[in-house]
Amino acid sequence: MKRFTLFNATSLTLGFAFLYVPILILVIYSFNASRLVTVWAGFSTKWYGELLQNQQFLDAAWVTLKVGLISSSIATVLGTIAALVLVRGGKFRGRTLFSGMIYAPLVMPEVITGLSLLLLFIAAGVDRGVFTIVLAHATFSMCYVSVVVSSRLISFDQSIEEAAYDLGCTPFDAFKSVTLPIIAPAVISGWLLAFTLSLDDLVIASFTTGPAATTLPIKIYSAVRLGVSPEINALSTLLIGIVTIGVITASIATKRAAVHRKRQEELASQNN
Amino acid sequence: MRRAVVILIPYLWLVALFLVPFGIVLKISLSDIATAIPPYTPNFDFSAGWAGFKEFLSQLDFENFIWLTEDDLYWKAYLSSLKIAIISTILTLLAGFPIAYAMAQAPKEWQPTLMMLIILPFWTSFLIRVYAWMGILSTEGFLNQFLLWIGLIDSPLQILNTDWAVYIAIIYTYIPFMILPIYATLEKLDPSYLEAAEDLGCSRTQAFWSVTVPLSKPGVIAGCFLVFIPAVGEFVIPSLLGGSKTLMIGKVLWDEFFANRDWPVASAVAIILLLILVIPIVLFQKQQERQQEADS
Repeated sequence: MKRFTLFNATSLTLGFAFLYVPILILVIYSFNASRLVTVWAGFSTKWYGELLQNQQFLDAAWVTLKVGLISSSIATVLGTIAALVLVRGGKFRGRTLFSGMIYAPLVMPEVITGLSLLLLFIAAGVDRGVFTIVLAHATFSMCYVSVVVSSRLISFDQSIEEAAYDLGCTPFDAFKSVTLPIIAPAVISGWLLAFTLSLDDLVIASFTTGPAATTLPIKIYSAVRLGVSPEINALSTLLIGIVTIGVITASIATKRAAVHRKRQEELASQNN
Repeated sequence: MRRAVVILIPYLWLVALFLVPFGIVLKISLSDIATAIPPYTPNFDFSAGWAGFKEFLSQLDFENFIWLTEDDLYWKAYLSSLKIAIISTILTLLAGFPIAYAMAQAPKEWQPTLMMLIILPFWTSFLIRVYAWMGILSTEGFLNQFLLWIGLIDSPLQILNTDWAVYIAIIYTYIPFMILPIYATLEKLDPSYLEAAEDLGCSRTQAFWSVTVPLSKPGVIAGCFLVFIPAVGEFVIPSLLGGSKTLMIGKVLWDEFFANRDWPVASAVAIILLLILVIPIVLFQKQQERQQEADS
């Protein structure tokens, strides 16, 4: 017995208005002809034009993309291994420390993670730039990947893996042909999460970068500290658009894959 | 053998890039400031081995920590971070609970879409979502224009650069972390409990307070931790929306490091921030474990 009352409808409407109206205002005013962001002076796309001619923003976008792609790929490999170790690794010395190191970065204030990594890079005498940001991002996002992948590993039927072993698979074969296909959706969403976390990060990147590498969030932060500007609105709109399309595509794809798998499972059970 | 290699790869990575850096922060927090690059005098020489370690112990100095307790800027910053985090957690709970409740009551076929609408803003840049409020809260911003237009106020309110702007932005950016765990517990709630309560003579409101609210407690607790813990160390929000009077420890650490270039004090601030957060983090972990046991 579900009751969907007026009160519920009101809280949903107000809640979603609160979540979406600020973003909507930002998007609408990126098409404003005036430089004054709060006064509407007609439709224009000139800020997008200026943005695309701003070499600094384009360079920063390229650095961000590079860091995001490399760090999320490293994070996915390490995070998946870490999840396997946590869920299937059994008991080994230092397991508590290991799971602590996986969960701690999830709740660690970014200023501390950033500061500690910077001090490490200085102590080790590493030149700071794209390489150090990649290391920093891979480290904190591997923890998110491993949480996503381990929840999938916990929930699937382990007897399928055991069957593979009984049929003579080596652990690596069993992983490749049984475990990996089953956890693949979780691995992919882990990668996506790592990638967005990297694109989004301001604090850790500010600490770990050198003079040579400026990421988009660092560039945006130094621009918006001076106040609201239409170019930043245009840039934000582009980023929001890309992310929205990406998330919606991904969710439709996973839904289709789930339907497809269900159909195959039904077919398989009919054939038996 | 193979298994050991597999375990060692992520293990060593995390030791090198998570554990060791903390050791360095701890070490530098016990060092003296120097006007050099790097701007601190290392008080511990790793290459000197055991003798060096003994010498390090004899020279240990807590002057940075003592200095932190003497300068009341830091006390105020810690207390004010806690205050801002507590108030915004309560406000987020008050705003998030009705939304989570309404989501759980909504028709089953809407629920996946509603979930996605809650998660979607989380995927868009945090920085951009905070920035969006700069244009809304400023004195000539949309909120003031709207309030003047409906005649609720006569002159624009100063909201940007005050603690209120910080509260609003924390609620805005962290509310998905509050809604999702509460929704997860409410969605599992068996409606026959509520029917039973009503059969026993409870009004709907009574049933809500004596059945729904207690049963949603695990979700409420998880949500509060997920908002409170990151809010304490928040940097972007107070830096963009807070005023000169808004003291938050994340911002103090940042300024100490980037503006004053006092690395030992910045490290000492980091260590104390961590000590403050250890208690809520451990409590949260315990609560999650209990919850998992209860579920299985």
